[in-house]
Amino acid sequence: MSADTKQNTITIDGQEIPFLAGQTIMDAALAAGVYIPHLCHRQGLTPHGSCKLCVVDADNRSVSACTMPAVAGQRISNNTPALNEVRKTITQMLFIEGNHICPSCEKCGDCTLQAMAYHLGMLDGHFPQFFQRRKVDASHPTIMLDRDRCILCELCVRASREVDGKNVFAIAGRGINAHLIVNSASGKLVDSDLETSDMAAHICPVGAILIKEHGYEVPIGQRTFDLHQVSEIGLEKTILTKARQPDE
Amino acid sequence: MKNVSDADSNTAGTTGLIHSIIAKAYTESPHLLHVLYTLQQQCLHISEEAVHKVAAHLDLPHSQVDSVVEFYSFFHKIPRGRYDILFSNCTSCGYMAGGVDLMAILGQRLGIVASNTRNDGLVSMGQTSCIGMCDHGAALLVNGMPIVNLDAAMIARIAALVEAEIPLEDWPSGWFQVDDNIRVSGLLLKDRLSAGTGLRAMLALGAADTLSKIIQSGLRGRGGAGFSTGMKWQFCREAQGAAHYVVCNADEGEPGTFKDRVLLHSHADSLFEGMTVCAFAVGAKQGYLYLRGEYRYLLPHLQSVLARRRKLGLLGVDILGQPGFSFDIDIVVGAGAYICGEESALIESLEGKRGIPRVRPPFPVTHGYRGQPTVVNNVETFIAAAHIVLRGSAWFRAVGTGKSAGSKILSISGDCAAPGIYEYPFGVTIRQVLHDCMAKDAQAVQVGGPSGTLIGSTEFDRRLSFDDLSTGGSLMVFSQARDLLAVIVNFAHFFAHESCGFCTPCRAGTTLLKNGLDKIAGGHGTRYDLDEMQRLATLVKCRSHCGLGQTAANPILDGLQRFPQVFGQRLVHRDFEPHFDLDAALEEARQISHRDDAAAHIE
Ligand SMILES: Cc1cc2nc3c(=O)[nH]c(=O)nc-3n(C[C@H](O)[C@H](O)[C@H](O)COP(=O)(O)O)c2cc1C
Ligand code: SF4
Ligand code: SF4
Ligand code: FES
Ligand code: FES
Repeated sequence: MSADTKQNTITIDGQEIPFLAGQTIMDAALAAGVYIPHLCHRQGLTPHGSCKLCVVDADNRSVSACTMPAVAGQRISNNTPALNEVRKTITQMLFIEGNHICPSCEKCGDCTLQAMAYHLGMLDGHFPQFFQRRKVDASHPTIMLDRDRCILCELCVRASREVDGKNVFAIAGRGINAHLIVNSASGKLVDSDLETSDMAAHICPVGAILIKEHGYEVPIGQRTFDLHQVSEIGLEKTILTKARQPDE
Repeated sequence: MKNVSDADSNTAGTTGLIHSIIAKAYTESPHLLHVLYTLQQQCLHISEEAVHKVAAHLDLPHSQVDSVVEFYSFFHKIPRGRYDILFSNCTSCGYMAGGVDLMAILGQRLGIVASNTRNDGLVSMGQTSCIGMCDHGAALLVNGMPIVNLDAAMIARIAALVEAEIPLEDWPSGWFQVDDNIRVSGLLLKDRLSAGTGLRAMLALGAADTLSKIIQSGLRGRGGAGFSTGMKWQFCREAQGAAHYVVCNADEGEPGTFKDRVLLHSHADSLFEGMTVCAFAVGAKQGYLYLRGEYRYLLPHLQSVLARRRKLGLLGVDILGQPGFSFDIDIVVGAGAYICGEESALIESLEGKRGIPRVRPPFPVTHGYRGQPTVVNNVETFIAAAHIVLRGSAWFRAVGTGKSAGSKILSISGDCAAPGIYEYPFGVTIRQVLHDCMAKDAQAVQVGGPSGTLIGSTEFDRRLSFDDLSTGGSLMVFSQARDLLAVIVNFAHFFAHESCGFCTPCRAGTTLLKNGLDKIAGGHGTRYDLDEMQRLATLVKCRSHCGLGQTAANPILDGLQRFPQVFGQRLVHRDFEPHFDLDAALEEARQISHRDDAAAHIE
């Protein structure tokens, strides 16, 4: 056994990290308490590989840590100034392609995108805004969908299919016109089978899917990212719990 | 042909009609893309109601049908005209190819602006990515049929025919004449295989020896990436799965590439023979030819070749009397999406989904179509394989260079006197090629299309091969008279339009690059913008999910490195110039208020 574990390690920023067959670089890193920035990844859901926040250089090749299988002996750079600069630029892209209103957004302080921006030292959107027109769907009695803030991470898509056993969301359109759609004849949330108790209703890392009538309940200073760093390992539970029961 | 463009008026009649169109299309071919194509043709759009009915009839999630409709360029939720005219916007076969803006001329004649449908529903006009007619001058698609060698006089006649509502069958047939334009023939084009000869050679060899022959030939993929074909087949053969599949990639979307068009037209038998050889080697019973929507006009021809081969016992059950060797080929037609040429996106499209490249690994050879082991090869690759089983690996290896065995079929277009198809042994120099196609004063050549390499005249002694200049087959020549910046801008627009939108760097990055280039070309760029462009282009190249994003910035990076002056000339000599143009932003307000006086402008 010990011979086995010795063989099955990767190195991230000089630190040797064990992994099990079938694990991705991200899996191995998180299990060892090493943070690799990520937005579209959530343990327990099929890895997606779309946001590209988790880009690392494995043996001098750029790969997505959340989808790339760990291979014995891989030498990985992760927390380097150059890679964090790349991640900052990618985060800026996510901000300017959508319409983000952080100071007045209900998700402010609980938003993983916003926390990522702070983590990476992002001070502005840098690029000119795309000012895209995106539709709001307020049809559902208890759940709000504001596509302005959607970062197309498909966490809601996967949570609905893989955890809730439904198929409420999908992405339609191509390129910069890609957008979230609702799987109902009218295309409206009210005609879908989404319920407040679904994971898909709570998993959104930004303020695109929100539970109605629960805005701004947590005072500034006690919101998730007032109390935590986005780089803390295992924060997903806290974020999800907070989304479900704000006063917990 | 019936038209139900006003199908949204929810009468029982149109509802019934939509239903019967779907039912009939479905019995002819159950593939989602084909059902949607028929609806688009007959109803001129795919209404919400139609999406709903398709989902019900094909037993698919509503969102899957909806997302497919919104992904492919040839499906529309808003009605197109009864004549739907799409100009290519490629630098070789585009509406500007002859130096005049043909789309603007047609628009003027018909009283219509690009990407719109006229109020009377008669005609719609727009642009589309390269339609593979680059050796035929400016070209367009009208209701999916290519018209080539356009000039202003023809545009005037087209406008008149549309206004008079003359059916396409009665338009001058010469306009639709697409020639092969084969100028230099080599290994593969010289003699055509007679149907079945390759298969007989293969059966005599047996599957294992057929495979070794392909491996020994050194054949590498002709679609661009250059992976060893024999190894690919072997991996697929060894992979466990309920079924194995053979897929031919005939998506040919790279601007400036049209050699697969010619091969499909004149060497379809060899292609199907090559696919059958592959099926024998890997143990597949079903094959697919994924044909780009722009080449739909070739479909009847391809279907008839398949039918003939079935009749001759070259396809179907117990091929050539070999017990247990059964294989057949279906054709699936795309609907306007360059990304579907990427093999895993192609497989998604085959499965009736949006063309989003999959996460790799796993690769198609182990997890391809329906999750089963699948070989995806280019048209030319299969044809080479068919020749190799018959003529042997030594015959193939005798041509080309060490690591690049055999020949390469090139599509040559742009500023040369003899555009067309040229087949050369690997290792030929660019200079030789330019001489043969009679390109007099080339300043630059785009090798391998926009996703390839832009080289200048000092590099014309470089050679075409996998270890020097690699190409999927596109070679575009740009003379001294060309505005190279305009070319690079054109390519940037292409990639922004074709990005699938899955990953952040490519989705947002290709649009940022396009906007940045537009700013520079518009005379508003600064040194700072150039530096930004370099940084952004590098990021998009290194960090994107698939080959599209990884190559989208190549023309910009090559341009900045080799032709810095074409950018430098356009810069304003200030450190910074805002992206936001105040005066331009007021344009909408001026239009609304019908003003254009000095006070309605800002300096
Ligand atoms: C954006 C993109 C477009 C592509 N388009 C094509 C195409 O039109 N035809 C093709 O054969 N290969 C295309 N490829 C390459 C395929 O992914 C794949 O490598 C090829 O079909 C394999 O066949 P081969 O080994 O015979 O070349 C494309 C790749 C990318 C990334
Ligand atoms: S709505 Fe939220 S969870 Fe869903 S794709 Fe958009 S950002 Fe991701
Ligand atoms: S690189 Fe572009 S085309 Fe490729 S997956 Fe990403 S977004 Fe799609
Ligand atoms: S976390 Fe890996 S791509 Fe999003
Ligand atoms: S803080 Fe509101 S969307 Fe990010």
